[in-house]
Amino acid sequence: MAAKLSPPRILPSGDAAITVEFSRQIDDEANRRVLALDRLLAKTPIDGISETVPTYRSLLVHYDPVRIDFDTLGGKLAALAQQASTQDVVARRWRVPVTYGGEHGIDLEGTAKALNLSTEALISRHAAPTYRVAMIGFTPGWSYLSGLDPSLELTRRQTPRLLTPPGTISIGGVQTGIQCIAGPSGWHLLGRTPVRTYQLGRDPIFLLEPGDEVKLYAIDARQFAECERAAEHGEIVAELVAR
Amino acid sequence: MSTLVIAMVGPATSVQDAGRYGAQRYGMTPSGAMDPLALAVANCLVGNPLFSAAIEIGPLGATFSARDGAVRIALAGAQRSAKVGQDSIALHESFILAEGDSLTLGATRDGVFSYLAIEGGGVKGEPTFGSLSVNARAGLGSPYPRPLQVGDELQVPTASLANEHAIIVPARPEGPIRVVLGPQDDEFDDDIVQLFLRSEWKISGTSDRMGYRLEGPAKILHRYGHNVVSDGTVNGSIQVPGSGQPIVLMPDRGTSGGYPKIATVISADLGRFAQIPAGRGLRFKAVSMQEAQAAARAMAALLRDLPNRLREPSGLALDIEALQNANVAGVAVNAIDAGTWQSEPSPDHQP
Repeated sequence: MAAKLSPPRILPSGDAAITVEFSRQIDDEANRRVLALDRLLAKTPIDGISETVPTYRSLLVHYDPVRIDFDTLGGKLAALAQQASTQDVVARRWRVPVTYGGEHGIDLEGTAKALNLSTEALISRHAAPTYRVAMIGFTPGWSYLSGLDPSLELTRRQTPRLLTPPGTISIGGVQTGIQCIAGPSGWHLLGRTPVRTYQLGRDPIFLLEPGDEVKLYAIDARQFAECERAAEHGEIVAELVAR
Repeated sequence: MSTLVIAMVGPATSVQDAGRYGAQRYGMTPSGAMDPLALAVANCLVGNPLFSAAIEIGPLGATFSARDGAVRIALAGAQRSAKVGQDSIALHESFILAEGDSLTLGATRDGVFSYLAIEGGGVKGEPTFGSLSVNARAGLGSPYPRPLQVGDELQVPTASLANEHAIIVPARPEGPIRVVLGPQDDEFDDDIVQLFLRSEWKISGTSDRMGYRLEGPAKILHRYGHNVVSDGTVNGSIQVPGSGQPIVLMPDRGTSGGYPKIATVISADLGRFAQIPAGRGLRFKAVSMQEAQAAARAMAALLRDLPNRLREPSGLALDIEALQNANVAGVAVNAIDAGTWQSEPSPDHQP
């Protein structure tokens, strides 16, 4: 089976990082291969690599050009990518509560209208899939989820908002995600989760790993407030589901 | 311990060290000094590990006062006037700021960031992920998780009886900023890549520690549209949003970005690039990976060699200000507008 896999492209990101690109698009299989290579590198480290950043379609490998050069590292990464097995990526599954709409999701109604759906249908379609954390990036804990129902795709806003609240659950293009800290966003804000994917002083500081599965479920505003208080005190609030 | 009081300060002044690495996979922005070599030079002069936490000072004037004891400090980076009372202070020489005295820095004459290093290991604070660097958006950094403000007080070691030092640092290369093409240069037609390399660009006044926006006559248009899928970024990534005006990502960048990246500034030239003031023209030059990595190794060798470059101070009271005026006559640009060094998030920085 491994022989059928197309080799990734080994692309330079300057002189101290390599992008191992498996696809140009959002592609579930490519993302699995990204995560498989990431896991394999964690198991069998290459001297000179300082850290790796898995994304939807590529693995960014930061390295020290004093210790290893581009050609040597690129060759090793290409070879490892062919060995990495997507079977080895063991995922945890989380249940994550979300309050949809109202003050917590100011774009819910507008998004439903744009998609020609009722808000109820939008919520149920958004909460239905088992998502996978394809990547975490942009700001601490910002978790990009793959597996959005294609009927919910919606181009980003023309004008991004400069400040959107922590815990926001939103849709942007074919992507959906959990934002952890307040920040700018051009995505459509459907709701908020009290779960903090990143919290200093808590163990673990980062809750989700790339590759983890996430099932969203709706809670009301009162439950949100309760969970929010618990989360403030360092409780995880999300549930780890036994598999 | 002594105290360094921030008596006067403009925007874009914060505590920075080498940055916060190892958690970019969780979206943790690295931050860290915009000009790592200047940070290292300042630290070397006061006998610190090269990437100890120091004060990165933006382009406007600032005043620092010593309280509860004397403090040994050194300045590197941007060219600007520096005075204690009527005495001019030389760049690249350590000196003692006596208890009760104040160091007053003028606005930069050339360059953007200065580094003020403090003997005894630098600024004291509580590291997160091994770093005191301020990342205002994420609320990280110590002792203050934000840029410095008037009235802030930094606990710093009291000056030792050590001798003062000066340092000879080789002049930075001039000429175009070197880049390695990619990782997404194939999202652009060849003639567009050439247009990017041929054009003269200016650093926009809306630049900040997250990114330097480039303004130019050319519009760099993508072959397939600009809504590409987010992937990882590095310091120096040159991403091209729909406007066609590139943005060079700097240490406060998001760890991922959704715009195609036409090229990457080589690591050895990033500090030099960071010191180009807003309004100044610049060009890029594509180099081979071999040249880029040779430059990275040369930079690493220079850093290792810094302690060997320490000298006795000349003792001559150079009129640095006059010298600077002579040196930069004709090229100085008044880049400095308090409103331009803002920490407001901008629409092009988004997930």
